[in-house]
Amino acid sequence: MLVLAVAAQIVGTIVTAPSLSWNVVLNYLFHQRILEGALRTLELTAGAMLMGIVGGVILAVMRLSPNPVVSTVSWFYIWFFRGTPVLVQIFFWFNLNTVLPHIGIGIPLTHLGLSADTNTLITPVMAVLFGLGFNEAAYMAEIVRAGIISIEHGQTEAAQALGMRRLQVMRRIILPQAMRVIIPPTGNETISMLKTTSLAVIAGGAVVELFTTGEQIASANFAIIELLFVVSAWYLVMTSVLTFGQYYIERYFARGSQRELPATPLQRFRRALFTFHAPPPTAPDVATTLPRDRR
Amino acid sequence: MTSDPMVKAEAVHKRFGRLEVLRGIDLEVAPKEVLCLIGPSGSGKSTFLRCINHLEKIDAGKLSVDGELVGYRERGDKLYELPDREVCRKRSEIGMVFQHFNLFPHMTALENVIEAPVHVKEESKSTAEERGRALLARVGLADKVDSYPRQLSGGQQQRVAIARALAMEPKLMLFDEPTSALDPELVGDVLDAMRVLAEDGMTMIVVTHEMGFAREVGDTLMFMDAGIIVEAGTPRDVLTSPQQERTKSFLAKVL
Ligand SMILES: Nc1ncnc2c1ncn2[C@@H]1O[C@H](COP(=O)(O)OP(=O)(O)OP(=O)(O)O)[C@@H](O)[C@H]1O
Ligand SMILES: [Mg+2]
Repeated sequence: MLVLAVAAQIVGTIVTAPSLSWNVVLNYLFHQRILEGALRTLELTAGAMLMGIVGGVILAVMRLSPNPVVSTVSWFYIWFFRGTPVLVQIFFWFNLNTVLPHIGIGIPLTHLGLSADTNTLITPVMAVLFGLGFNEAAYMAEIVRAGIISIEHGQTEAAQALGMRRLQVMRRIILPQAMRVIIPPTGNETISMLKTTSLAVIAGGAVVELFTTGEQIASANFAIIELLFVVSAWYLVMTSVLTFGQYYIERYFARGSQRELPATPLQRFRRALFTFHAPPPTAPDVATTLPRDRR
Repeated sequence: MTSDPMVKAEAVHKRFGRLEVLRGIDLEVAPKEVLCLIGPSGSGKSTFLRCINHLEKIDAGKLSVDGELVGYRERGDKLYELPDREVCRKRSEIGMVFQHFNLFPHMTALENVIEAPVHVKEESKSTAEERGRALLARVGLADKVDSYPRQLSGGQQQRVAIARALAMEPKLMLFDEPTSALDPELVGDVLDAMRVLAEDGMTMIVVTHEMGFAREVGDTLMFMDAGIIVEAGTPRDVLTSPQQERTKSFLAKVL
């Protein structure tokens, strides 16, 4: 209680601070630039998570490979990318051109091959994506691996006994079941990623995601706290939407795991509406036991 | 029986670390024969079955199914391990039914049954579904095609597992205590499905504690103990007049 009171006091002091201009907050909340920044943040999050998930699955399957070379490569990748700060990694991609002005693939001992300027190949957006995505892959690898090893070995054996190849067993039998274990921490990672994309601010304005946009606006009008409020509001909105989406994805992968899927909040709400003349909604489970509407 | 054996084991050895689990198994199973395998816990029955489809590698001896070595190629007098692709092809000809069913829980009964035909044999989905439905009907589950494993009783799950194995049109079926995890009243349905299969001429190796089934359906009964086959013969002979002391004491305990 004391903590709450103190917290309320602090928040109260801040929001009523005489120089805090709520007008500015309202003006910028739906400002074109802020909305574009939020969109860019979503794009970066989606891109980095896509890299992370695809990379993570590949690394996890490699890590569990019976081939020691393959699993060691994966181990080493995870060791390296998890062991160094993501900020350092983004810097690395960003400044790669200073030591390696050209990137090319060529056929050894010949002059044939393709080469390109590092800066045209790795744009600032890509540098941020590489930094976030490759780092995320290392974390996702461990999450996916935990999911895979949570599946009973009998599943692999049954699939192998039917003549399925190792990768088929993974893709068709193990991974779909492992999803139930993989999704909750992946949701966490996505939410965390959404916020981590703000590290793109080190690109010095070349990657105008939400936080950078806020920064740029604030450096022009000096309404720093106001813009931090605006930016935070959007981060909160986006993480809330993600949390909601995660619920539905989890539900999808739960099929077959329970005799009947639990009703979604929306369904419960609808049923509650249809049964409003029945016993008062003090018992929230009353509606869910109705026989109709099996899905 | 004059035809070439479906399964032929010669001095099959298997060890787990220092534990010698199979210590020289010799046996032949003719096409259409039903071999029942009994023996105390830990005697190596499951291990032997798993060697037959190369879920376990053998350490010495030879094991062949339908005239082909399992998991190895013989050149000169040396054995070379086959690539994964070949092992999988061989496995796809051998059906296996497990004690704990091991159905794929994220798939319906029908999806379980058509999984391997579609993704291993590359049959069209519609052909596989048609046959899958027929197979499920054959094991008495025509009305359960769209149920998930968790919505089925143990006996129903095991019959789906049998249908799943049969969908690959195997030459040989391996059963590892298919009824041991079932409530007594559910055992009958599963044994009936197996009986029908035997009558249709499937070659079967059945590890079981169901002596009644062994007596009725089995052509041969073998008693295994500590990694060797102690006694073999017709089920009637082995069950009613066992020759070996170990067989006698085992049967005295289970009958
Ligand atoms: N993967 C393994 N690693 C180590 N030891 C094993 C392994 N699998 C089986 N064993 C051992 O091998 C022996 C034979 O096991 P197996 O499962 O073949 O026995 P079983 O005859 O099928 O017994 P049960 O009737 O209890 O099923 C046991 O002592 C077991 O502990
Ligand atoms: Mg066993």
